[in-house]
Amino acid sequence: MNELPDPTSQAALVRKRQRARATVLAIILFAFVILVFAISIAKIKAGMPGMPHQ
Amino acid sequence: MTVVTVSNPSLPADWRDFFALTKPRVMRSVVFTALCGMLAAPVSLPPVLAFTAILAIALAAGAAGALNQWYESDIDALMKRTAKRPLPAGKMERETALQFGVALGVFSVLLMGLAINILAAVLLAVSILFYVLVYTVGLKRLTPQNIVIGGAAGAFPPLIGWVAATGSVSALPLLMFAIIFLWTPPHSWALALLIRDDYAKGGVPMLPVVASAKTTRAQMLFYTVLMTAAAISPWPLGLAGSLYGIVASVLSAIFLGLTVWVVVQRAETPATMKAERWLFVYSIGYILAIFATLATDRCLA
Repeated sequence: MNELPDPTSQAALVRKRQRARATVLAIILFAFVILVFAISIAKIKAGMPGMPHQ
Repeated sequence: MTVVTVSNPSLPADWRDFFALTKPRVMRSVVFTALCGMLAAPVSLPPVLAFTAILAIALAAGAAGALNQWYESDIDALMKRTAKRPLPAGKMERETALQFGVALGVFSVLLMGLAINILAAVLLAVSILFYVLVYTVGLKRLTPQNIVIGGAAGAFPPLIGWVAATGSVSALPLLMFAIIFLWTPPHSWALALLIRDDYAKGGVPMLPVVASAKTTRAQMLFYTVLMTAAAISPWPLGLAGSLYGIVASVLSAIFLGLTVWVVVQRAETPATMKAERWLFVYSIGYILAIFATLATDRCLA
């Protein structure tokens, strides 16, 4: 027999998943900012072409 | 194509489902072979840029995996091996998987193009499109040679790793491409012989499904001989040293021996296919060992 899910626990589960996804996305975005900064430093140090001030 | 609907549309997919969509196991071997291609190159990138190139390749592999699962959710639902993936299990909407795959693919190519070089980005885009459009959409449901031609998609990573470091293509990365390309048929068909019924249930015309086991085994032997030649060739061509030459010769001889065992054993049921089981497991270790030895040999030279 199929039972309807409890709306309260369903809403809690939705919020839990949304929070987990938001946390993972925040970590990824933060890591990406660090990566872009590190790439910029590495390119400046290596004197690679394509940098605006070269 | 049958559309698989989600069991609970109001529930957002878990982040782990997105991760599963990228086929992490495949991604691991992609990262490894790409890294070996990069290490084998005569030019070394600064560590941050090397990491970025490998990250872009990993993300592209994840994008290709996600788009593959988006398109194949109907087949995956029918096969025991893939029924628990996020889409057939109803953990995610198909549209979400499509958006995730496209976004990840575009991001990986842009990252490679902006941070590394254009040629590597172009090859990365070609590898994603080849896997999704040529293999997944075009060949997989159409021909038993699907994994032979489609195997090229899995052969791109070491080539892209090399191009990321050097900015150009030369003989050795093309041989690395050839090794994986020729390794794919015996590796995939060893598994296909073991789970032939699963593929038949999914309607995938893998060679053991549409042809006899004898034909499959003969073709496995054919590609293994070619793969052995490709794997050893960097040594006589002067592209790798004796360390690689000896290791590649020994490992390839064992691979060839196992394939001959598969041919002469002639087992009919998966339970009795001991040789196929051994070959499948060995083939995974083989490709990792060959590439690790090649990278080590080139680094020591």
